[in-house]
Amino acid sequence: MSTKSQNKAEMRFSHPSQDTLVVHIGGNWLLETSPPSTELLESEIKSFKTTRTINFDTKNLTNWDSSLLIFLSKVFNLCAQRNIHIQTEGIPQGVRKLLDLASPKRQRKGITRKGEKKSFLVGVADTTDDFIRTSMEMLAFIGEAALAFGKLLCGRANFRRIDLITVIQESGAQAIPIVSLISALVGLIFAFVGALQLKLFGAQIYVADIVGIAMVRVMGAIMTGIIMAGRTGASFAAQIGTMQVNEEVDALKTLGISPMEFLVLPRMLALALMMPLLCLYADLMGIIGGMIVGVFMLDLNFMEYYNQTKSAVALTHLWVGLFHSAVFGLLIALSGCLKGMQCGRSASAVGTATTSAVVTSIVSIIVSTAIITIVCEIIGI
Amino acid sequence: MDEKRGSTGLEAKITVRDLDMGYGSFVLMRNMNFAVNKGDIFIIMGGSGCGKSTLLKVLIGLLEPLRGQVFYDGANFWEEDARQKDLIMRKFGILYQSSALWSSMTLAENVALPLEQYTNLSKSRIRELVSLKLALVGLAGFEEFYPSEISGGMRKRAGLARAMALDPDILFFDEPSAGLDPVSARLLDDLILELRDSLGTTVVVVTHELQSIFAIGNNSVFLDPDTKTIIASGDPKRLLAESKDPKVMSFLTRGEKTSQGVES
Repeated sequence: MSTKSQNKAEMRFSHPSQDTLVVHIGGNWLLETSPPSTELLESEIKSFKTTRTINFDTKNLTNWDSSLLIFLSKVFNLCAQRNIHIQTEGIPQGVRKLLDLASPKRQRKGITRKGEKKSFLVGVADTTDDFIRTSMEMLAFIGEAALAFGKLLCGRANFRRIDLITVIQESGAQAIPIVSLISALVGLIFAFVGALQLKLFGAQIYVADIVGIAMVRVMGAIMTGIIMAGRTGASFAAQIGTMQVNEEVDALKTLGISPMEFLVLPRMLALALMMPLLCLYADLMGIIGGMIVGVFMLDLNFMEYYNQTKSAVALTHLWVGLFHSAVFGLLIALSGCLKGMQCGRSASAVGTATTSAVVTSIVSIIVSTAIITIVCEIIGI
Repeated sequence: MDEKRGSTGLEAKITVRDLDMGYGSFVLMRNMNFAVNKGDIFIIMGGSGCGKSTLLKVLIGLLEPLRGQVFYDGANFWEEDARQKDLIMRKFGILYQSSALWSSMTLAENVALPLEQYTNLSKSRIRELVSLKLALVGLAGFEEFYPSEISGGMRKRAGLARAMALDPDILFFDEPSAGLDPVSARLLDDLILELRDSLGTTVVVVTHELQSIFAIGNNSVFLDPDTKTIIASGDPKRLLAESKDPKVMSFLTRGEKTSQGVES
């Protein structure tokens, strides 16, 4: 079957008697030699309507592959439709065996699935149903997370302290380089954009105010949040999702260990603790970024810039910024872990969970920022 | 030894000569010599961790050996250039231990991918071939199912359909019965035998399932991690009847005998 030559596949017909048709198959019946189709046989049967039996002669068949099997399966179907008897003796034994393997009697009955088309209303109903279900799951998850926090406060939460330290290290210390780079650049961009306008009326020194207040009050927290959503939130979803695929989460459950306490709690705790610290660091880096523009582009004095920043940034701004970051930390950890826990049992499901975790984290960061800003406005801070 | 003729004088499909394999400086097995003849169902056996799957990786071109040669139809695989290697590897069909079906694709798409990649066949021709391959493994009608929607045994069979997509000369199986119930394992064994008998395909199976070994194997090697060599080779049924090696006997009798006539 494996040796291939350039000989074409051949098919011809003979009629030893009125009701018998012999199909002579020869040459190389390989996919690449484009063997004849069943249409030729069909027209032969049509022109000899008395045909009741078909025999095969394969003495001249050199090589064959799946193309011969496809051809013969089609012939079998054709003959079944036309009530023509087939004598398989002339077919090579290997081919006969394979045809038997592929025959309908060896298959499961009643299994078919064609591309299902849903009606519009069914689609709307399904989507609504999914939305309600995922909302309920999210609420249940938040409730369980709150209970786990309660247990933690009572000192009864069941998780390994080493896991907490590892997650703190991964989401805290190891994130410093990227947080430094992004925050410094954001501070730099702020200063640059502000400087272009302020220079027009000689108020360059207020660049320090713009950068200081923007970074400390909200941008430091938002930038850190977005970095952590892409970096750590995605990693939580992928880790827990893969654990779902490998049945590791099931193994925890059957041991009576709550995955919420064992997997989710340390991650939430780590991010809620690390986010304010990273935010503080991002604030500093942003101010340094702004200072670079102030000192090297606007010819401001270093101490002048420092003093202006100090007088512009009130402690309230700092607390608001840190509050933002702690909320973001919780939201990112919750989204990452929730999507990981909801993950299906396949590689593509892990990918979907990760994407969904990042999108949910970023949306929740922006929405919560809006809510906190409005609340701050109402209470006047 | 002529690489095109095995030690038995039959036509050798695969010849392994003076092969050392391992990872970096760690040698897992050394001085391996054996030949797989055309139409053989060749078993690579041994206890867990002895290097069976590593040997398979060397044979299918995923891991370069530390020393020695692997010949396919006389061609020295690891000495060939990338294009030649690719041509040789195209003749392989591989069923991985976990089936390794692509989870984001339907069974039909899984089987169709090698055909789309390596042939210029029309879409309708590929569809016919996919249906045929799935029917051969008893999965007609499952074309539009995703791997996550079918059982482990069915996934193995779908993996086999994908392995057969390009009408391979050599089929490699890594632990085909792992994770299957006895009936599914038996059905898969029968399928392997039928495919070999009808297509004349050479089959290489890595397994430690004794029932499969005796049911389908007609040639084998036994890897021993202690001596890091092949300590027995030949027909597994003959090894069971004649082997004097306590390790081989212990393995082939599930630890009941350590050598001929001696109860452990």
